[in-house]
Amino acid sequence: MTATGVKARVPVGDAPPEAADGTAEGPPPERGRRRLSRTDRRDLALGLKYISPWIVGILVFVVYPVGYSIYLSFTRYSGMGAPTWVGLGNYVTAFADPLVAKSTGNTLFYAMIAVPLGLVVALVLALAMNQNVREVAWYRTIFYAPSLIPAFAMSFIFIVFLNPQFGVFNQVLNIFGDGANVNLLGDPTGVKIAIIMMAQLGAGNAALIFLAGLRNVPKTVYEAARVDGAGPMRQFRSITLPLLSPVLLFNLITGVSGALQVFTEAYIVTNGTGDPDAGALFYMMYLYKNAFGFAELGYASALAVLLFLVGLALALLIFWCSRRFVNYDVEAS
Amino acid sequence: MSTTLRTESPRNRRSAARSVDADQLNRRADGTRRPWYSSVIARVVMVVLSVIFLLPLYWMVISSLKSDEELAKFPPTFIPQSWQFGNFVDAVSAMPFLQFFMNSAIITVSVVIFSVISNFVVAYGFACLKWPGRDLVFYLVIATLFLPFPVTLIPMFDMWARLGLVNTMFPLIIPAMFGSAFYVFLLRQFLLQIPRDMLDAARIDGAREWTILWRLVFPTAKPALTTVAIFAAVASWNDFMGPLIYLQDESVQTLSIGLQSFRSVHAQDVSFNQLMAASFLVILPLLILFFVFQRHFIRGITIGGFK
Repeated sequence: MTATGVKARVPVGDAPPEAADGTAEGPPPERGRRRLSRTDRRDLALGLKYISPWIVGILVFVVYPVGYSIYLSFTRYSGMGAPTWVGLGNYVTAFADPLVAKSTGNTLFYAMIAVPLGLVVALVLALAMNQNVREVAWYRTIFYAPSLIPAFAMSFIFIVFLNPQFGVFNQVLNIFGDGANVNLLGDPTGVKIAIIMMAQLGAGNAALIFLAGLRNVPKTVYEAARVDGAGPMRQFRSITLPLLSPVLLFNLITGVSGALQVFTEAYIVTNGTGDPDAGALFYMMYLYKNAFGFAELGYASALAVLLFLVGLALALLIFWCSRRFVNYDVEAS
Repeated sequence: MSTTLRTESPRNRRSAARSVDADQLNRRADGTRRPWYSSVIARVVMVVLSVIFLLPLYWMVISSLKSDEELAKFPPTFIPQSWQFGNFVDAVSAMPFLQFFMNSAIITVSVVIFSVISNFVVAYGFACLKWPGRDLVFYLVIATLFLPFPVTLIPMFDMWARLGLVNTMFPLIIPAMFGSAFYVFLLRQFLLQIPRDMLDAARIDGAREWTILWRLVFPTAKPALTTVAIFAAVASWNDFMGPLIYLQDESVQTLSIGLQSFRSVHAQDVSFNQLMAASFLVILPLLILFFVFQRHFIRGITIGGFK
């Protein structure tokens, strides 16, 4: 299912002479092996030799750990000695654990705001980075610069920014009147909002990917639209957005996946506690605490497997929904 | 008649030329005129956005230069009243900054070198070689791009622990030797733009793939490789979770985890202006790297392109 979604998204036959060959050679190796000629087999050996680092990588760093994680999720394991089999025990515990519910709620709250907001901010930045003005290189650098600031430093900055006694945030609030000593980081909802705001400054990476998509939209399409009398808004809605939809899909999926894994900012802002009132206890933080704080590696694995399944389900769901919205027709060049 | 014609036409030409000069920026690529306000609005929006996006960096710099008293003052000052360059000295001497810096540098440089080489070779296999089943395998690469990775966290920790490599830099460096889906994808898109004829000509001349890879394709792919190098450098330099899990001894800790643990353990010894000064020193190498390679970086990511 993933494969079909991806197949549609990434035109593999970018190189014209290879497009036909690439798809013609499509059948999986097991079925095709008998029909492979001598040169085919030599090509296959050469190709596999070049991608062998990736093959080793996927076996050691993906296939093995995913499998072992699933096994560990059915055990009790402290990291020492051998894991003891507990069957579905960890999953039963997880579904009854109030902190799992709490951290899931926090993570969903974060994702529902940060993902759409992040897409809008990134798109606005990309449009700005694509302006036809002299100083555009400066804007590109400036918009990307916060993405270079590590999460821990950004968190330090926000701690200073949002300080109830001397932060800039309170000064701004004071302009509008009553804002004296609002402590955003001391409020269970406020701390989430602070972390969401912080994440928006890192939109530069997604913006660059949007920018790449924008530069692939043929200029002639806009010219044609302008001749037909389409204004800027109409052009954006009818040309830019549809032609950008594959890139949008990519950013949406990576955004959702990143939101489910939100960790570092919350860890640093709350000094690893997730407080106040577990308001910044995101799913990954709770997972981390169980694994490396309480040495409950089996339970943490069960949480990881659940996160994995939810992430996978969401990615597939987005792919499935996207078939109606994502446009692959115009070969941008 | 003839005199008027003669005097008029050059003037027309000159004024036309002048107006083109003045107008050039107000025209679109196809030569149609933008409304006069569009560039003003665009510029205002971009300047406002720039201020917002520069603010954190600016605040970091000025906070690092303020004295303790000034940092705790309300309302906050936007320009330090007295410039405390001593904060930088204090920050570096209050914690094992150089140690952290060296550790970060060793990890980042190794990761960048290994990432560039491994992803380049793998991407070459997907973009410049033709072999049966190649595109199917490439879909697998793409699919792993969307896997939520925390699921591998605990088994990986377990594996490195069994190998006795926790508290060494290896768990953070070795994975870079095996390529990563995003970089492979990025490089492949770029390599596909290299004309096939060029490669085939080299092959007919009897060049071996390994020679073509390094002598012919490597120089062409430099913008994309720069992009991968910068992405890898930033990710590795700023990584928090990896060092948090694998580097527990101060002697092997990197800047990101070192500064955080220093803040939580020695909260009373280190003030925020020192943390800001230290943080600024952490970002400085990245900022320099980005400014120097900015053009290649943007080109690398936009030319190969996401489609």
